[in-house]
Amino acid sequence: MTDSPLLIDRLTKSFQGGGRRVTALDGVSVSLAAGVVTGLIGPDGAGKTTLMRVVAGLLIADAGRVEVLGVDVAAEPLAVQSRIGYMPQRFGLYEDLSVRENLDLYADLQGVPAAARAERYQRLMEMTGLGDFMARLAGQLSGGMKQKLGLACTLVKPPRLLLLDEPTVGVDPVSRRELWSIVYRLVEEEGMSVLLSTAYLDEAERCAEVILMHQGRVIDQGPPRRFSEPLRGRAFQVSVPAEERRSRQAQLSRTPGVLDAVLQGDSIRVVLDREPPAETRRLAESSAWRSVEPRFEDGFVTLLNAGQERVEPPHVTLGSRFTGAAIEVEDLTRSFGDFVAVKRSSFTVQSGEVFGLLGANGAGKTTTFRMLCGLLPVSSGQVRVAGVDLRHAAAKARGRIGYMSQKFSLYANLSVRQNLDFFARAYGLRGRAAGARIRWALEAFELETFETTESGTLPLGYKQRLAMAAALMHEPDILFLDEPTSGVDPLARREFWGRINALAESGVTVLVTTHFMEEAEYCDRLAIMSAGEILALGTPMEIKARAATAEQPHPEMEDAFIALIQQRGSD
Amino acid sequence: MPTLVSSRLIGLLRKESLQILRDPSSIAIAFVLPVLLLLLFGYGVSLDSKHVKVGIVVEQPGSEARSFVAAFQQSVYFEPHLYPTLQAGRAALRASEVKGILVLPADFAQRLKGDRDAPIQVIVNGVDANSARLLEGYVQGVWTTWLQRELQARQIQVAQPVEPQTRIWFNPELESRNYLVPGLLVVNMTLVGALLTALVFAREWERGTLEALMVTPVTIGEILIGKLLPYFVLGMGGMVLSVLMALFLFGVPMRGSLWVLGICSTLFLLTALGMGLLISIVTRNQFVAGMVAILATFLPAFLLSGFLFDIGSMPVVVQVVTHVVAARYFVTILQSLFLAGDVWSLILPNAAALVLMAGFFLGLSRRLLRKRLE
Repeated sequence: MTDSPLLIDRLTKSFQGGGRRVTALDGVSVSLAAGVVTGLIGPDGAGKTTLMRVVAGLLIADAGRVEVLGVDVAAEPLAVQSRIGYMPQRFGLYEDLSVRENLDLYADLQGVPAAARAERYQRLMEMTGLGDFMARLAGQLSGGMKQKLGLACTLVKPPRLLLLDEPTVGVDPVSRRELWSIVYRLVEEEGMSVLLSTAYLDEAERCAEVILMHQGRVIDQGPPRRFSEPLRGRAFQVSVPAEERRSRQAQLSRTPGVLDAVLQGDSIRVVLDREPPAETRRLAESSAWRSVEPRFEDGFVTLLNAGQERVEPPHVTLGSRFTGAAIEVEDLTRSFGDFVAVKRSSFTVQSGEVFGLLGANGAGKTTTFRMLCGLLPVSSGQVRVAGVDLRHAAAKARGRIGYMSQKFSLYANLSVRQNLDFFARAYGLRGRAAGARIRWALEAFELETFETTESGTLPLGYKQRLAMAAALMHEPDILFLDEPTSGVDPLARREFWGRINALAESGVTVLVTTHFMEEAEYCDRLAIMSAGEILALGTPMEIKARAATAEQPHPEMEDAFIALIQQRGSD
Repeated sequence: MPTLVSSRLIGLLRKESLQILRDPSSIAIAFVLPVLLLLLFGYGVSLDSKHVKVGIVVEQPGSEARSFVAAFQQSVYFEPHLYPTLQAGRAALRASEVKGILVLPADFAQRLKGDRDAPIQVIVNGVDANSARLLEGYVQGVWTTWLQRELQARQIQVAQPVEPQTRIWFNPELESRNYLVPGLLVVNMTLVGALLTALVFAREWERGTLEALMVTPVTIGEILIGKLLPYFVLGMGGMVLSVLMALFLFGVPMRGSLWVLGICSTLFLLTALGMGLLISIVTRNQFVAGMVAILATFLPAFLLSGFLFDIGSMPVVVQVVTHVVAARYFVTILQSLFLAGDVWSLILPNAAALVLMAGFFLGLSRRLLRKRLE
């Protein structure tokens, strides 16, 4: 294995932060295969970025050895840095420099001779499709183009090992596919070895090899089939009547022998235990159950669940008092100067519905949300929330909505209890009423053990719970969740959606934004947004059906998304 | 591979220069702010009291009183306003229409003619102690001169035992502008050197560009020089502009040599750049870096450098503290270069202090900036 481009041996790295020592990498040993794409997969906080940075020589390990292309990184970081390409999460572009100037800078830094540049640039521009934008400032490129330029900058001197840290996060699916095809070309035509980290589990299936990380440890390494293959014959798609899908999903996930049950449009995807009880096995023989190909995500969840006590999300219910259309939006437009962030959106959300806004960063999801919550005035159009016109009575409408913003918006240096106290007061609850709601929040979200813990030090999943509890203190009719699950691991995500489903069952209207395609399947209806416009509106099945073709009769949500964007482009 | 080294550095220098040229705020800090400060201080702030509004209460008009008022009217230092009664004068003082009032009592003329002393009452608004003291002194001066002339006119010989012959060195016109403007140059350079550079590394940390930069074969020395050089040029440009304004707009004399000015400015600018870089490297955050730069460099340059307030009259503890303020050394150098000449006994030790400080800050920046994220 001496020709491996990257050898990591018992690597340990911890950080001192907030008076505690956090172990980011705990005895990681990895040997990277040469000339292929290896995916580094795991939820936020798994240690992916730390691992990348140690390999790039940006962090020094506490213990262990890292050898990149035969060179010890700790001893000779410069030698390593001249032979690898590294794209950090934020691309590292100078936004006030043009595309060409960014390329020139990296060519200078990597010592690419002037004579070799023209040819290299031409090849990179042909790959990334940025050739027409050489003179444009990087700051004026779209998210997907920035990401491709960031990649091009790391490639000006062809590296033998390419490190990409979450290159596809928050980027629209079209750009994501393009990036993947560039990466494949690099591997095939230039013989590059690539280590690519991602939190999107569906991307694992595009990798030749997968390193699965969780909580600073490597859980397993191998081709993606290695993770899904053991589940062959144990994955099913269960068709259920549309109106029962939530209750059936909750019921199935409590059934003994069921490892995983998630909504997928109007059916439920179920993964069974190796030896399910006879009763469950009989259930699986019914005609509504159809055996399907196991996916990487099934394997991932099963692996993480192994040895862990299954936690039942308790029912979070609220007494709702509102029926009819919860949200009516007509011709909603918002512009910032010349830039139109939201263009003539129209949709209606019925009460008790889970409505999703799906789109890449910059598609206009958050702007739409802020207008619906009365945080941002609309440029034109009508918005009625809980029957109230936001233009005239924003404050009145706000009392009936709960809002959970993208960033952790609670006070990090207050305890869980103090935060809940504060939000109870902020919503005008006092005395016994406030006490009752706080007790409810602590119980329903299983936060009792953390009551006196400083919120900032909670694990991410618990922070999300606390934020959601705070948004529900005043029993709102409508709950707005802005990217609630970004960065949360798949298990916590399932638990979170369990709560959302329970809320919807009790009649609360939920609006949620997401850039995870599979989460779109959990919604009753959704709007696909791109560049401020709604491209499609309907149930997940309806939207997917639109992209169905003869050669692809059952397209995934991502295929539908891409088809919609391309359709608009050709119009 | 000497050519490679220079290619990396040239790349960094080109990048930094392009960024400076495209960022209006850095140009503004380097060129517009110094001009504004110089204009504001050069014209607006003057420590000399001129055209001070004083009220004169004449209780009994007469030729003596008229001649006394005329003496004030002729003086460049005063702009007298007449009030008929003490009440009116006091009201004007309370309303801040005048800085002080002089009261000529009703029996002023009689007393003056007789052998008795003829007192005038002076009431000064003491809120601004500095102006009050100046005003008091000037009033005394005008009064003495007038009295002498008045007595001479009447051929009354007054014994004058000692007549002081005052000669003022270095700034014979006693123009406060002549020593304020050199001090302002120091404040300007601190601003350009420290504030501007305090933001540059912090910005790269915040935007994540430094992370990508560090995973290239670039060395720390190249990164530092790539930052220093463009801002050095920018700072020197601001300095040249300020010196030109000082000489030609404000007519401040230049009695030392320009090459000494050039060398000493280089030393001070390097110190300021070093402080800015150090702040930027340590804070990694533009907002904090900006605050720290203002507190640690700009304010001390203003208050503790001897530019506005004489260090010799500060409490001993504060005097000791001023030794770590780099601006202090440069203020001394500039004031002597502009007003006195190449006074080596002053310039050499102060320049040596600047060399030490520049070496300290740049050296510490070099040590603290690592190609690591921790």
